[in-house]
Amino acid sequence: MKKKNSFKAFVSEIPKNLFAGFVVSLIALPLGLGLALASGAPPISGLIAAIVGGIVVSLLGGSNVTITGPGNGLVVVILAAITTLGNGDMQQGFLFTLAAIVISGILLIILGFLKMGSLGDFFPSSAIQGMLAAIGIGILAKQIHVMLGNTDANGSIIDLLLQIPEGIINLFKTDNSSMFYAGLVGIASLLFMIFYSKIRNRYVQLIPAPMWIVVLSVGLYYYFDVFSTTEYPIDKSLLINLPDDILSSFAFPDFGKIFEINFINAVIGITLISSIESLLSIKAVDKLDPLKRRSNVNKDIRALGLATVISGFLGGLNVVTVIARSSVNVNNNGSNKSANFFHALFLVAFILLFSTELRKIPLPALAAILVYTGYKLASPENIVRVFKVGKEQLIIFLITLLTTIATSLITGIIVGILATFIIHIIIIKNAKLFFKNILKPNVLMFKEDGKYYVSVKNFSSFLNYTKLKSKLNQIPESEEAIIDFSMCDFVDHSVMENMNNYAQTFTRKGGHFEVIGLDDTKSISSHPFALRKILTLKTTSFIKVLTKRQKSLKKISKEMHWKYDAFSAQEVEELPTFGYFKTREINKVSNVLSNEDCTIFDIQFSEGELIAKQVIKATMLHIHPKNEVPDFTLDQEGIFEYILHFAGYKDIGIDAHPDFSRRFYLSGKNEEKIRAFFTDELILFFESNKQYHIEASKNGLLIIGKERLASVKEMKALAYFGIALQKII
Amino acid sequence: MQKIDKILIGIAFSPNLKPNIFEAVRLANMFEAELVGVHVGEKTVQKIADLNSLLKEADTLKKGFKAIWQDGNPVDVILQTCTNENIDLLILGALQQENLLKYYVGSIARKITRKAPCSVLLLIKPSIERFKCKHIVVSGLKDDRTEETIRTSFLVANKLECKKITIVEEIKQEELHVTVNDDKSLRRANIAKERITKREDRRVKNILKNIDCSNQTVKMQSIFGKRGYSIGHYAKVKRADLLVMNAPAKSGILDRIFTHDIEYILSELPTDVLIVR
Repeated sequence: MKKKNSFKAFVSEIPKNLFAGFVVSLIALPLGLGLALASGAPPISGLIAAIVGGIVVSLLGGSNVTITGPGNGLVVVILAAITTLGNGDMQQGFLFTLAAIVISGILLIILGFLKMGSLGDFFPSSAIQGMLAAIGIGILAKQIHVMLGNTDANGSIIDLLLQIPEGIINLFKTDNSSMFYAGLVGIASLLFMIFYSKIRNRYVQLIPAPMWIVVLSVGLYYYFDVFSTTEYPIDKSLLINLPDDILSSFAFPDFGKIFEINFINAVIGITLISSIESLLSIKAVDKLDPLKRRSNVNKDIRALGLATVISGFLGGLNVVTVIARSSVNVNNNGSNKSANFFHALFLVAFILLFSTELRKIPLPALAAILVYTGYKLASPENIVRVFKVGKEQLIIFLITLLTTIATSLITGIIVGILATFIIHIIIIKNAKLFFKNILKPNVLMFKEDGKYYVSVKNFSSFLNYTKLKSKLNQIPESEEAIIDFSMCDFVDHSVMENMNNYAQTFTRKGGHFEVIGLDDTKSISSHPFALRKILTLKTTSFIKVLTKRQKSLKKISKEMHWKYDAFSAQEVEELPTFGYFKTREINKVSNVLSNEDCTIFDIQFSEGELIAKQVIKATMLHIHPKNEVPDFTLDQEGIFEYILHFAGYKDIGIDAHPDFSRRFYLSGKNEEKIRAFFTDELILFFESNKQYHIEASKNGLLIIGKERLASVKEMKALAYFGIALQKII
Repeated sequence: MQKIDKILIGIAFSPNLKPNIFEAVRLANMFEAELVGVHVGEKTVQKIADLNSLLKEADTLKKGFKAIWQDGNPVDVILQTCTNENIDLLILGALQQENLLKYYVGSIARKITRKAPCSVLLLIKPSIERFKCKHIVVSGLKDDRTEETIRTSFLVANKLECKKITIVEEIKQEELHVTVNDDKSLRRANIAKERITKREDRRVKNILKNIDCSNQTVKMQSIFGKRGYSIGHYAKVKRADLLVMNAPAKSGILDRIFTHDIEYILSELPTDVLIVR
């Protein structure tokens, strides 16, 4: 029954997916050609990858609204592979690289079967950012010369960057009119890419910018061809080159170098980057999915691997999940896998119907599109964003970036990981913490009172994030989850960022995800994702910054017109008078939420002395009643053992309410006063509300929930409980 | 172990001796058991005097004290004494990591724990004054010896006047047979979890049927996670005062390299631990 319905829904959604697929194909066409060119491969190889990817992944993949095709992250790796494997012969190098692509596809399939889709989690996020920026700079460095009409620029990334000013001067000095006009088209295209988003016209926005560039530049050719008397000024060598008979001239991989070290390097590089790019994209696209579905990452990786194998045998590039095209898909109401499939079909149609027109696209126009993508990957905004998280993240970022540019991607990412690890050790000043605990399971999850409670011990960083992740993934996003880091000495940026992602996903799906136990930590910057460590050593380089929990408490205090003070000390004076604190020493009170009579606060206290000392953090509510209250303690029968403090006093039964007497354990010195105090109304109130442990003395009422920090939601409930109780008393 | 008539304590003349003795005396009185102290080393007049003055300071023992003085390898001597004296419970102290609130079992105590013929109680914080035991966490994992363990924990709870017992069913993640990949498998995994949880609860309830648990509030909690590890973490989170576990079947050198089960607990004690044999 259900199946039939979903099939029906699938069919009814085909028209809008057809349209979304069409719009995506408009971008995929120029990008496919451009990315292939930038990789030093024949332009058609990019389209092959997009077509094979679209068909295979849409049929076998595990995601819903992703679009697959050639990815920009791979440009640099593939270009390097083609040059090194070919020893200067690009054509032969390409054939060797195809073999590397096929093998990397097989590796991806294996990774998918081994459920190793989480490979990307082992990389610290700043290092990945640095790597992506390096890829962006790599693309930009090479393509900016092509954009300026010079396809012969060669050398390392640094050389190419240094040649840019020279290239610009050359463009204006040159007497080669073909190059000059080509350069003009390139610069105009780049300007169009930059200002496209500023154009408010509805009709202009209907077609994506890259397709406009293709259409306009092809249009330019026909203008010269049909209307103008002068010849088309751009030479054929600067136009795109497609094989004459597209359907029969597939390149076939050459497995001749399969055991050479360069080849193996290329395979590793391609596999690594394609899996990272795909994973990041799948995760990002899941956040865009309007139907809030969760992608099956491992299934998707398998499908991408298979698509890559097929694409490689047909002479195409790697197939990866791409974020830009996927988000276009979502923006155009793509809702299921068929959009990806249709995008592939439209690409086939474009090649078959418009192959002559496609041959008229000037290379600089495509290069402009790539310069823009490259710039976006490496934009200064990204650097600023990383810097805001903390100085140490910027160091990691720059180390990875510079090493990647100067050496290779694999070296770059390895150095990035090492740098991150070393910086973590320097910050925490305790390498043992990492080495001793890295292999230990450190995450506990259990379900209690309908809530998922996750506690993390020792440390939580990119090194052991998968353990935390595998637990968190088992929580349905529509439920309530509490993540407690209070037993963690160190939480790094990658984890904080991921926690934030989870929180967003939970909010989107109607659940609640809350991180607690970080209020006592010092953070390295004011950024919410900054790494945090427990305050044990007296360091001055850390600033006290409100955690997310503290911020939401602040917000709530405004909503309820309560006062909020994150670091207050006033409450401490009255608390020790309560029986509960007779044996417990109060260390610190923080996060005080108060109105005139009620105060909710986090409290840190210790039990026992020296060797037996145990530090406990809990959230409590303190009420100043207007009238006098007799001394008593009230507990749900048997649940709490605080009764100890009043040992010797019996359970006071209230005859009119046998049910209340049975459920609650009430004790105190002055039985008569207590009986008088417990009016019918009050008893009804206690019976119908969530039960807390309550202790009363002349200084007011102390209400204790669980002996741990409460989540924001729980604090809110506690506050309302307090207000209502206050009214009755 | 369902009766505790004889308790053995190792006596090392260290700064911890006083709290250790006090704790042992208290326990012996609670179980109404005889206390045996064994010292591995020379018997000197000074030591005897020290010991006697400590015993005088502590509560008076109901069943008396027996001291054994013997030279040799501490592990062998203590294990030998356990067998010879028909000891029911062996008390060992844990060590604290420098500057950290973390406890672990030292190498000698670890060896003894692994090989002891009787139940072993590992104390992380012996103290001169009494701290009431308020919450006992018991491992209820599926095992032949679990019933025995649960029975013992109720016995201990009664003797220590503990009101709350949580029985933790540790369930291996692999038992789910479902890996969470997407929404569908997540739903299936959760259904499977529910089912296993119910099954485990039923199993434990069956054991409880034959046990008088009217004095305690009993809670059942199933946890999906690494066996032996998650219960320790849970005890710590819940701030339990005593963790009761089955003795390990047998642990060889490989078990210590690839830490598992009880070894997790020994390397980082969450609280006092009673290993039942």
